[in-house]
Amino acid sequence: MHEFIDYILKYLKSDQTPGAAGNVFWAAVYILIVFGGLSVAVIAMNWLERKILAHMQVRLGPMRVGPHGLLQPIADAIKLLLKEDIMPAEADGFVFWMAPLIVVLSAFTVFVVVPFGPTHAITDMNIGILFMLGVSSLSVLGVVMAGWASNSHYPLIGALRSSAQMVSYEVAMGLAVVSVILMTSLNPGEQGVGTLSMIGIVQAQLKQGTWFIFKFFPLGLIGFFIFAVSMVAETNRAPFDLPEAESELTAGFHTEYSGFRWSLFFLAEYSAMIAVSSIAVTLWLGGWLRPFPNLLNGATWDLAFSLVPGLTFLLFAAICFFNTARMPKHPLFRVQTMGLAAFGVVLGLIGLAMFVPPVRDRVGDIFWFSAKVAGFMYLYIWYRGTFPRYRFDQLMKVGWKILLPMGLALLILTATAGFLEEPVKEWLHRL
Amino acid sequence: MNPPVATPFFFYLLAGIMMIGGILVITRKNAVHSALALITTLLAQAGIYLMLYAPFVAGVQIILYAGGIMVLFLFVIMLINLERTMKERQFNKQWLVGIIAAAALGGLFIAVFTKGSTLFPEGRSLYVEADNTQRVAALLFDRTTGTYMFSFEIASLLLLVAIIGAVVMAKKRI
Repeated sequence: MHEFIDYILKYLKSDQTPGAAGNVFWAAVYILIVFGGLSVAVIAMNWLERKILAHMQVRLGPMRVGPHGLLQPIADAIKLLLKEDIMPAEADGFVFWMAPLIVVLSAFTVFVVVPFGPTHAITDMNIGILFMLGVSSLSVLGVVMAGWASNSHYPLIGALRSSAQMVSYEVAMGLAVVSVILMTSLNPGEQGVGTLSMIGIVQAQLKQGTWFIFKFFPLGLIGFFIFAVSMVAETNRAPFDLPEAESELTAGFHTEYSGFRWSLFFLAEYSAMIAVSSIAVTLWLGGWLRPFPNLLNGATWDLAFSLVPGLTFLLFAAICFFNTARMPKHPLFRVQTMGLAAFGVVLGLIGLAMFVPPVRDRVGDIFWFSAKVAGFMYLYIWYRGTFPRYRFDQLMKVGWKILLPMGLALLILTATAGFLEEPVKEWLHRL
Repeated sequence: MNPPVATPFFFYLLAGIMMIGGILVITRKNAVHSALALITTLLAQAGIYLMLYAPFVAGVQIILYAGGIMVLFLFVIMLINLERTMKERQFNKQWLVGIIAAAALGGLFIAVFTKGSTLFPEGRSLYVEADNTQRVAALLFDRTTGTYMFSFEIASLLLLVAIIGAVVMAKKRI
């Protein structure tokens, strides 16, 4: 018993990820935290998407279940769980059963290497980014299997449609990622040794003193643009949501799925959105780094920036209290008003807890990472609210004829820029 | 340090999955099931690469084979008429050649297994897992140690020729 407690406490003093320290207990704890956080994020995303989309279209969105529809995702989850689980009579049972599992597993497994902070990752792999791309590319398999196993024409055609889309955009995505990996090999002092590790990529941005989106301007920006477009196509979201296209096509590969199995696809879609956003944040937007870690350094700035997470939560709490005051004063709304106030109190307490020094030092990196990812999540909703859907031939044209050549050119230009960086600097120095 | 992952248990587990997957590939009547079994085999193989401290090769295996090539396989299989092929009897006219080839391969395996220690150079240092990617890159591109650059490029040229050939055969008018 004593040894076990020692084993648990020993990790707290180390400055490694649990995977690198080889500590099974903390690795399990981190996995549970990430899994729970991810589920909460998906639930929150579900509510936010409906609300934001509704407000963009001058509607109210969900308002009935809980204050401002806050409990709507939970009601939906219960509905999906209680629904009848239908399997088509001629379907291939085993494959039909496996398909949603594969999609969900691949969407969640990638979070093993996502770095929420220098120590806040489940593990750091030497092949981090390759692992993320590889495992998320396995979700195509689930899509194809789902379409085929349904033994029906619409899902089969839908599966071919969406897997063709995912496979084609993976190419452009990979090229954009490779250009970033080239940039990681340009650390001052240790030139020529790049890295695929997610933590290493962020540390390279810290050492080079710039987010890779601004590196070799505008090359980093172009790479980010290619990735940002192909990640939307990769996750089958608007304006590339051909797999669903509820208004003009029959829903794609998951036409025959219902109830809980369908909700697994839904869960995987949102979790994959968060996963690709975290890749984009890690590769181009400095991962867990707070704004200007090199320029505004020193104890004062560190303290100022470490107060931001707590203040953000206090702001959320203030919004809740403001809306509590605006609630109708009718007795029918009493429960809802109390609920909203309680939600505000919870947010406020979380905010206050984040001012406690040990917590403050530990949540800073997680907060900045999550805030950047949340920005991407908002972008996803914004795209859906504003862009019209692409036709399938246009989608293929964008992927193969625009993004792929751009990616190839970008790769060559980045390599050239990296090669010329030192000589040009020397030459300028001599002038 | 960390306990080693390359324990016999994991080897037998992965090798067992590979064997079962391989047998399923050739015994299933449904081509899609065969393809799925092949994917399982390839994933287990990626696990074996991980055990050999070659994470880069494992990652490439997953991306290329499981995520890329096998998806195209499934594409093609789904476009052909499965119902008719399901009814056909499975047969193989080259069974004699097959048996000879299998016996030869089995004999080779047994020979290697019994006197493997004399066949292979001993004491080749294992690369550390932590810089496997960098070592692979150095073997390919480094000015002094890069011995495999030429063969790598020739292989990619071969793939290019295959792609052009496929396009020429598929398109009547280019």
